[in-house]
Amino acid sequence: MADPFPELEEDVSPQRQAEGLKTLRLALWGVVLLVVSIGLVAMFAPDRTPPASDQAAYADLIGGPFALTAPDGSRVTDQTLKGTPFAIFFGFTRCPDVCPTTLSRMASLRKQLGKDGDKFRIVFVSVDPGYDSPEDIGRYVALFGTPILGLTGTDQEVDAAVKAYRAFYQKVPTTGGDYTIDHTASVYLMDASGKLQSIIAYDETNPSALAKLKRLVG
Amino acid sequence: MIRNCLAAALLGSAVLLAGCNAAPEAEAPAATETAASSIAVTDPWSRATAEGQNAGGAFMTIANTGTAADRLTGGSTPVAGRVEIHTMTMEGDVMKMRQLEDGLEVPAGGTVTLKPGSFHVMLMDLKQPLKAGDRVPLTLTFAGAGALETQLEVRPAGAMPAMDHGTHGKDKPHG
Repeated sequence: MADPFPELEEDVSPQRQAEGLKTLRLALWGVVLLVVSIGLVAMFAPDRTPPASDQAAYADLIGGPFALTAPDGSRVTDQTLKGTPFAIFFGFTRCPDVCPTTLSRMASLRKQLGKDGDKFRIVFVSVDPGYDSPEDIGRYVALFGTPILGLTGTDQEVDAAVKAYRAFYQKVPTTGGDYTIDHTASVYLMDASGKLQSIIAYDETNPSALAKLKRLVG
Repeated sequence: MIRNCLAAALLGSAVLLAGCNAAPEAEAPAATETAASSIAVTDPWSRATAEGQNAGGAFMTIANTGTAADRLTGGSTPVAGRVEIHTMTMEGDVMKMRQLEDGLEVPAGGTVTLKPGSFHVMLMDLKQPLKAGDRVPLTLTFAGAGALETQLEVRPAGAMPAMDHGTHGKDKPHG
């Protein structure tokens, strides 16, 4: 490779001191460029993983008692889920984007875990019980090619579950008397005792999400 | 020594900056185009839906080779009661979906990509489930170009678009 800085060739001359300062200045500019570049990369590739200390603070706040209905009519509660870690996500079947994206992503991450993939449950809670019957949710989660436990309940039961997870949903009116639903798009990873271990954000990178799942089933 | 450090710093910067630049999009084949319009729709697709699921999103890339901006205002399809244009945004950890009442602008000489996590065509009141492998007729309505016929390719429910180079190295799931 050609020398990119021929002007920096060492020469033993009377101007050596000035040359040295010039070199130092150029070197400092190089460092500034490098720092700016790293800053740019950090800006364009944000990692939204909350720091561990934040997660510890959330851990006792998120999760708690709930009672919902599965597609086969059986009741599922925080107690019946105990013993196996689970990843829980709130959404609705008419969600065109975030819900199918998240559920398919969880299915794909589960495959990447290989033999450990069946060591945790994927749980999908519909916050739209007025539209989604337990049977509807069963048919919906079956689209994703991996076992997913689909749940919903009465409005009160759904509200209690959402509140237990400090999640959020809100019906928003649309044209023709219809509505869509704003909702939390994070996936909560709960350990076998039902305690929050971590959260996968909607825009989290796959390597980071996979690392969290490995820790969940580890 | 200093020269080596400087070279490393500059080279490092160049590599990092190059990494930030989105790679150019590959040439897309087979666009749907109206006879007399400058609007072309590429790769229109949708996701499979379940029995009883009455809405689904459709995605595509719309290019406007004309000298005037145009707007996608709506459309129609035999498989759904209503077609709306929506946008999705994240506010903190909350997903918000909104109908674009005035439609979606396609700038002159520009393209707009409707994709998961962004703009989409919403098929409301589905009359039948969309099955992976099906092709579904969809007529898109543009303020300037008028009606444009296209066909959605129905992919599995978990389908994701091809790797988007604009995500700066984010490894998105693929269906």
